[in-house]
Amino acid sequence: MGTFVFDEQCQRGHHSCTLHHGSSGTYLPVKGPSLMATVTFDKATRLYPGGDRPAVDSLDLDIADGEFLVLVGPSGCGKSTSLRMLAGLEDINGGKIWIGDRDVTNVQPKDRDIAMVFQSYALYPHMTVADNMGFALKIAKVDKSEIRKRVEEAGKILDLTQYLDRKPKALSGGQRQRVAMGRAIVRNPKVFCMDEPLSNLDAKLRVQTRTQIAALQRRLGTTTVYVTHDQVEALTMGDRICVLKDGILQQVGTPRDMYDSPANVFVAGFIGSPAMNLRTFQVGDGHAKVGTVDVTLSREATAALAAEGAKDVVLGFRPESLEPASPNSPSAIPLEVDMIEELGSDAFVFGRVPVSHGGSGIDPVTSADSEIVARIDPRDVPKKGDVVWFSIREGNQHVFSTKTGKRLITTPVTTSASPA
Amino acid sequence: MPPLQITGSANANLLGLPWEIPLEHWPTEHIAALPRGISRHVVRFVKLDGRVIAVKETNPSIAHREFTLLKEIQHLGAPSVTPLAVVTGRVSPEGEVLEAALVTEHLQFSLPYRALFSQALREETVTRFLDALAVLLVRLHLIGFYWGDVSLSNALFRRDATEFAAYVVDAETGDIHPELTVGQRDYDLELARTNIVGELFDLEAQGRLDEALDPIDLADRLVARYEELWKALTKSATFTSNIPLEVANRVRELNDMGFDVGELDMRKTDDGNALVIRPKIVDAGHHARRLMRLTGLDVQENQARRLLNDLDEYKAFQANPEDDEGYVAHEWLLQVFEPAVRAVPREFRKKLEPAQVFHELLEHRWYLAQGAGHDVPMAVATASYVKHILPARPDEQSVLGVSLAEMTAELPALTAEIEARGNVDEAFVGDNTHGWGSIGEPEPETKEVTRRSTVVPPPARPKIGDREV
Repeated sequence: MGTFVFDEQCQRGHHSCTLHHGSSGTYLPVKGPSLMATVTFDKATRLYPGGDRPAVDSLDLDIADGEFLVLVGPSGCGKSTSLRMLAGLEDINGGKIWIGDRDVTNVQPKDRDIAMVFQSYALYPHMTVADNMGFALKIAKVDKSEIRKRVEEAGKILDLTQYLDRKPKALSGGQRQRVAMGRAIVRNPKVFCMDEPLSNLDAKLRVQTRTQIAALQRRLGTTTVYVTHDQVEALTMGDRICVLKDGILQQVGTPRDMYDSPANVFVAGFIGSPAMNLRTFQVGDGHAKVGTVDVTLSREATAALAAEGAKDVVLGFRPESLEPASPNSPSAIPLEVDMIEELGSDAFVFGRVPVSHGGSGIDPVTSADSEIVARIDPRDVPKKGDVVWFSIREGNQHVFSTKTGKRLITTPVTTSASPA
Repeated sequence: MPPLQITGSANANLLGLPWEIPLEHWPTEHIAALPRGISRHVVRFVKLDGRVIAVKETNPSIAHREFTLLKEIQHLGAPSVTPLAVVTGRVSPEGEVLEAALVTEHLQFSLPYRALFSQALREETVTRFLDALAVLLVRLHLIGFYWGDVSLSNALFRRDATEFAAYVVDAETGDIHPELTVGQRDYDLELARTNIVGELFDLEAQGRLDEALDPIDLADRLVARYEELWKALTKSATFTSNIPLEVANRVRELNDMGFDVGELDMRKTDDGNALVIRPKIVDAGHHARRLMRLTGLDVQENQARRLLNDLDEYKAFQANPEDDEGYVAHEWLLQVFEPAVRAVPREFRKKLEPAQVFHELLEHRWYLAQGAGHDVPMAVATASYVKHILPARPDEQSVLGVSLAEMTAELPALTAEIEARGNVDEAFVGDNTHGWGSIGEPEPETKEVTRRSTVVPPPARPKIGDREV
């Protein structure tokens, strides 16, 4: 079943666990034949009553046993709806959802053997840490010694063993958050569902906690579906990332896939910070041109564009893919500096192609502002108003169709900032 | 750095509060001593223009979201606290950025469950306010509000005749949908069950729950009560004959439960021989609305029911049967309700809402009549109530007398800031620990009841410039 189980003989890969139907209607793991906790969205669709377009449209997604999958996308993309469909909080108007080999499409939330993990729980001040973690099992009529066993195991994993018999008062903020996690862990769910669990933490604690959650998930090996709007969170936490937009799956892959081979213009612009530069150029003779800017295209790009019969192209290049170039050298792009952002180890220059070189306002295809961002050496920083020249590093061009927005080359573009 | 910004409230005096200080450290002069529930954020009650407001620190997006949700809940007619404003752009004099704040109006005469439980409660009382929570949850689900964190802590309770009425106080985990799915209702109920069991276990650990009470049974009761009410309000019924009568009966049945039928869905069965009737929109507050229409009194549902009974009795025995109902109601208000309520000495008036006082007066009058074997005039009952019952009544006053510190102890928010401040143990120090505001001590038994003038002074007029309006 691939979830975390507290029986030491019960190890991943050859579990001896099954479920019995608890008196409260909750499924509780007990020993028995194994079950895989994969999650499958099979053309799952959610259409809200009165809506003209599905909030989630025929989502096909296979999540592996023990995987940490992050659903990410802008507000309204359908990521939370997808998670709530899995949790049983949204009706499914088309397709199916499976957990392991069980079709849960029409199963009530409490019977799905999932745990929603909240951003914060109230801890009960007069109960011990152990009772705070285990009390919900009492409702499910789990045996006292079994509760204690599970709580102790969870305490070990969460590094709370010495606090189990103390009151929450004795704990630090971080430890309290772990108690809250413990409450979900002792239930031995097959899947953890987390909907923006870090959204009410401040920036510093958010970074700490995301590392902890990711590490904890890896120790538990419980299949986890995690929703966030923050692509940095997605890149740092997920085994795989699934990007959604307007209810439609854009791409699913490892953080590296998403960064190095974005499947379309949307994913390219969404993943990475600062965002990838995306500009529309006219195509001619193996070159991409705007005004006086003239960039030589790679052979693969030229071939793909020729096959499409394209007259223009969306070129993408990440801030770290730009390197300083001499003024007016071939393929060089001039930037008039608007702003410099210095981050200590890095500096970024934000600028525009000067009007004298054919720069303009909003890009017609990507609807992005025509601003271009380049990473520069923090020891050699230009001033606002200066014109500096860059060229795109060899092999660092992302090439997209202006008609479909799709990626036209297959070679990944690896940069110094690509996720490991 | 954006400057301090207050969104929502038209009250300029909000600007006078020390927003540049973390809420936890606000000077006591601003702090009102009122009981609080368990909260994951820093929440304090603050004095403003002779009123009390609740201030909760949280991040700006949550504050704005919750503000909008509470507004919407109110707009859709379910009971919740009233949101006043969101304060953002708070910066300390040292330039440290402070959390945003959500400001809500304090719900008068309301109590968090910990205050209700500060003495061992009888089972009936416990079940009554679990019932109140069940009613609240049904009402919220009817308007499409998914709470996401139903618990006793996230509600406030007010006495409502012999029952309690519950209000949403923390909506930050919620969502409004056009209509809830079965899964959403089911899950909300499951959360309610888990949270309530946790809260009751906690009271048990504190020795505040009668040993005979089983938290799990109590939580199951809430679930059963919810299911029962939901079914009664939304079930379809099939009729083949006497349709108008059956429809009228169904409407009356819902009225008796305190609901008005806004829309009724009627459709023929497939074979065309019967009619299926299902209430589509039901609004709580049937009696409250009727009383409001007749008298202008804005009270809670069960109080309204009680007052309407008395009004009906007045109409039957004292009024001219020819008179219009609205006229009789006005007469009843002037001759029965207002004199009784005004007879309560000023120092006791903060103990209970007027409508609750009137309800208790009626109860007391009934007991007196039982003892005497004949009817007791309202004036006599009122005098007796004010002298014997009100001062000694085990009400909020004595509940609050127990240990305010204990009752208002809360775990601070699970955030780094709190951890960094390093005083997690005594988050309530300097707050709410010195008594229940301005409520006076009960008068000694021997003191004569003094009747106040029945003339109500005109309300203070607002000033514009130098002249009165």
